[in-house]
Parts: sequence; structure tokens; C-alpha cells
Amino acid sequence: MEYFIQLFMSGTVKGSIYALIALGYAMVYGIIQLINFAHGEIYMIGAFTALIIGATMASAGVPTGLVLVVALISAMVWAAAYGVTLEKIAYKPLRNSPRLSALISAIGMSIFLQNYVLLAQTSNFVPYPNWVPQFAFLEDIKGILNSNQFFILLTTAVVMVLFTLMIRYTKMGKAMRATAQDKAMAQLVGINVNQVISVTFVLGSVTAALGGVLICSYMGQINYYIGFIAGIKAFVAAVLGGIGSIPGAVLGSFVLGWTESLGAGYLSSDYEDAFAFVILIIILLVRPSGLLGKKEIKKV
Amino acid sequence: MKKLTVILLTIVVALALTLTGCQKGSKTIKIGVGGAHTGDLASYGLPTVNAVQLVAEEINANGGIDGKMIEVVVEDDQCKPEIATNTASKLVGEGVVAVIGHICSGATKAALGIYKDSDILTVSPSATNPDLCDGTYPNFFRTIASDSAQAETEVAFMKTMGLKKVAVLHDKGDYGKGFAELVQANAPAAGIEVVLFEGITPGGVDYSAIINKVANSGAEALVWGGYHPEASKLVTQMKNKGMSIPFLSDDGVKDQTFIDVAGEFAEGVYATGPIDTSTNALYKKAAADHLAKYGEEPGAFFYNAYAAMLAVCNAIDKADSTEYAAMRDALTSNYVDTTLGSISFDNSGEAIGVGFVVYQVKNGKYVEVK
Repeated sequence: MEYFIQLFMSGTVKGSIYALIALGYAMVYGIIQLINFAHGEIYMIGAFTALIIGATMASAGVPTGLVLVVALISAMVWAAAYGVTLEKIAYKPLRNSPRLSALISAIGMSIFLQNYVLLAQTSNFVPYPNWVPQFAFLEDIKGILNSNQFFILLTTAVVMVLFTLMIRYTKMGKAMRATAQDKAMAQLVGINVNQVISVTFVLGSVTAALGGVLICSYMGQINYYIGFIAGIKAFVAAVLGGIGSIPGAVLGSFVLGWTESLGAGYLSSDYEDAFAFVILIIILLVRPSGLLGKKEIKKV
Repeated sequence: MKKLTVILLTIVVALALTLTGCQKGSKTIKIGVGGAHTGDLASYGLPTVNAVQLVAEEINANGGIDGKMIEVVVEDDQCKPEIATNTASKLVGEGVVAVIGHICSGATKAALGIYKDSDILTVSPSATNPDLCDGTYPNFFRTIASDSAQAETEVAFMKTMGLKKVAVLHDKGDYGKGFAELVQANAPAAGIEVVLFEGITPGGVDYSAIINKVANSGAEALVWGGYHPEASKLVTQMKNKGMSIPFLSDDGVKDQTFIDVAGEFAEGVYATGPIDTSTNALYKKAAADHLAKYGEEPGAFFYNAYAAMLAVCNAIDKADSTEYAAMRDALTSNYVDTTLGSISFDNSGEAIGVGFVVYQVKNGKYVEVK
């Protein structure tokens, strides 16, 4: 039983990690039906920014708690700037082109950003300091849940609650829902669609950067390529949950995390990825629009 | 006129034949070099030619072996087994007493049968296939550790640590999985039980599930087959979970980057790696001679080839003969100082004193475990 709890918790943490990245995919897809393949790179750039700012501050003798806060905020601001710029340069000019053009543009930006960081930083793995405070009350159960994992769970939960509240109760949330439903109609009733899209990219990038910093602190290392695999997994999670749906992305992430952890724990980690994709295929066969995806009703 | 030409030609050919015939019993000792000297893999073969020639020049400048000069005969095999048999026949035809080579395991195997039939000693600086030393070719020796040596070193070390149960993880790649499988194969003979043997996907965002599995398996140590990025993730996550079982790994982890990335968590990690010979005096001399003569740093397997040539020349010197049996005997019963340190050969043809040792991270550096 303890073994099951261990695996279940590790799956939950993994799911939270995926969820922080998958939120960005889901929101962007929900609004402009674009799969933003460069999202993983925003996650990586956020983590790198925090590393540069945080390491500079730490070497100047700033206390760890403050370093974490400042590094997190600067990572989120910088990543948001990248996200918005990405949208303006690579996606906005293609908004009325076929969806395939924007997708290719996204893949291009992903490769460009990876190589940019590779050249500007290094191709090597770089150590990532752990700025997350170590909680004393978790010391006894750190085999099941350690401070970093707890912090990731907590952050994901807070971010999810904030997002849900924002989309449900704020004016911007309402505008986002309207834009997602029908862009042209939203424009007609006076919603600034361009602004809504920019805000979506900002929110997606901010959560990705947050995830990047927490996950790199947890794993203790970073390089220019980390965004790719994390991005693909989060994308799978978003599709699993029903791409475009925010609760769906979160649910999909947890399903993926649990499948991988329990699969690796009880069967074999050789096939960890295979389990994840088998689940994806089964769910898509049964529910083609994902776990919580909206049924598309096409009028003939 | 035509008749005269034919007669002259016949005389020339006959003279040529008697001349080579004369040389056989004369004052030179011929040593062959077989390997890839052209083609894609030439960069693996040419440093061996340089090494053999440097040693030969040095010995000849000091009056040769027992007054006999060394003559180096170079033949190309392009690393292709079908060409290697021709290469071997040519070298046998030239009357060489020993061959330094070949370079690739496949080509070496093809050539070895011909050398065996002609009683020619063969010392390869680079052929690492374990099968070559299985006893089929008593004339074969090598100055490089075989592919399985690393895993054998690791298992022998685990035995001295008194481990009974270990978990083995690998990265599913050729190198990592190959190493892990050899560890798994060698473990039972050392009384060690492999309680978990699994591959993990490199680049994952979290390995806590597999670490829970290791903790749950009752393993007393974790052996990792693969490279350092995953090793540092595994070590970091293990220590964060409060696990303190030893972490053992391979040459892919014996890298300063591993220590830089894993930081304090790297302390105490064991990794096998080749014996460090760069402080050896002969090693430094060979490097300096190469730089002086060719104007660049030596290439692949240069030091192994240099050691092979020194070993062969020493064997001829000790045996006072170029007879196969005497040379083989001298090779296996004497230690010789080489670029790789003081080495000898066991009866299967593997070099003693060449190979892998275990290192441990201490205070941020890999230190050899004595």
C-alpha cells in the first residue's frame, strides 16, 4: 500500500508538472485554434532567465527566499515578453492563413528559439540551484513527498484556482470565452480580440515560466533542449483532456502522470512512454475530442 | 631484340627474387602494420602507423634489436574484412615476424586466421570485440581493454563492497544498455543478485516513480548504464528522497560535468573509467616525439599502438629470436614499460595493467579507488 501511495504521489507531481505546461497549450488552442509548438521553448527560456537573475543575486549574498521570488517574477515577465513577441511576429500575420501555415511557423519558432539559447548560452547541462524552501514538516515523509514536490503541487493548485476564477468571473475572462466561441462575433460586440489573444499568450507564458523554474529546481539541471520533451508530453496531456479545455488539460495531465508512474512502478519503465501513448490512443478512440473536450457540431 | 628483352627481364626478376630471399635471413626484422589507412576510417588506422614508425626509428637509432634493424611494412585493409585477408597474405609474403594491427575488430578477425597458420604474432591496439580473445587465436594479443572489461571491473568492485542485491538501470541506448547487460551477465558469478533491471527514457521530467521502485526492490546499490545527464537527475532525486544506497556507473558518467551538475549529490558516486596514463613518462615522450615529427597531436589509438610496438620489440629482444613460440613466451612472461604503464599479457591475449579502474567522487573530483 505504501508503494502504491509513493507511486500515486509521484504520478500526481508529474501530472502537476505537465499541467503547468499544458495550460498554455490549452488556452492558446482554445482561443486561436493554434498548437503553439514553441510553448516548450518559452518554458525553457523562463527557467534560464531565472537561473541567470537568481545566480547573480545569490552570488551577491541575497537571502534564498528573496532570490526565489525575484527570480520567479523576472522569469515570468521575461517569458511573457517572449510569448507576446512570438505571437506578434510569428502567428498574428498568419491569423487568416490556413492553420497549417501557423503550425509550421510555430515549429520554426521552436527550432529557432532552441538554437538561439544553444548559441547564446551553452549546449552543456548546467547545474540549477534549488531555491525552494525545505519544509521541516515533510522531513519524515520525504520518501513519498519532498519539499520540491509539495511546492510544485501547491503552485499548480493555486494557479488552477486563479485561472478558473479569472475565466469565470472577470471581464477579461468573459472576453476570452467570447473570443474562443466566435472571434468575428466577439469583435462585432466590441471586444478587442488582439488584446485578448495577447493576454492569453502572456498567461500561458507566465505559467510555463513558473513551471520551468520549479521543475528545474527540482531536477537540479537545465539545458537548451529541456523544453522539447516536456512540451511534447504536455501537448499529449492537453490533447488527452480535450485540447482547448482548461480543466481538460489539467485532468489530462494527471491521467498521463498517473499512467506513467503506475505503469513504470508495477509493469516496466522500459515502456513508460508506450503506456502514455496507448492511453492517449484508447481515449481518443472512445472520445475523439478528449476527456473534457467539447463535441464539435458541424452544420451541413 | 625481343628475345634479348625477355632474357634480360628474366635475369632481373630472378635477381629480384634472390635479393628478397637474401633479405629474409639478413640483418633486418620486419614488422607489419595492418589497418585502415585509406577510406572513412583512416583516422583510426594512421596514428598506429606513426606510432610504429616512431618506435622503429628510435630503436634503429640506438643500434636496433641485438644489432638487427627494424623494417616496418605497412599494408592497408580499409577496415574491410574481405580486404584484410589480402592484406594479411601480403604481409605474410613480405616475411614479417609480427603484425601491429589490425584496427577494426571485423577486419582483425578476418586476418587472424592467416597469421595463425603462418605463426605470426599479432598485437592490435584497438580491436575491442570480446570474442577475439576466446582462445581461437593463440597468436592474438591486444593493448586495449575488451568491451566487457568495464562491466567486469564494475562487478568485481561490487563484490569487494560486499553487495548482494543490486538494481540495474540503463538509458536503452547501445552503450548504456550494453554495459548494463554485461553487468547483469557477470553479476551471478560474483554472488550478486540483480533484483531490478530496467530501461528509462532519457530527458524525462521526473524519475521519482522508478526511484520508488528501486527503493522498494530491496537493492543495496544502484548501477546505472548510460551518460551523465540522467545520472545526475537520478542521483539528485534519490538523495532528495532520503535514499543513501551507493550509486555506481560507467565511463559515460566519469566526467567532470557530472560533478558540476549534480554538485553535492555527486559526492560518493562510483564510476569506472580507463586508467589514467597521461602522467606516464613514456606517454609524455611519445606525445612530444609525435609533435616534433608530425607537427600535431597524436590521433586515435596512438598510445595503444606505441605500447604494442614496444611490447613486441621487447619480446624479440628478450627471446633473442624471432621464432613464434619464443616470442609468445616472452610476451606473456615479461612486464614491459610502455606508454600505458607497465604491462604484460595473459594467456588469452588480454593485456594486464591496461583497462578500467573504479573512481569515486571525493570533494568534487574523481579519485581512483585503491
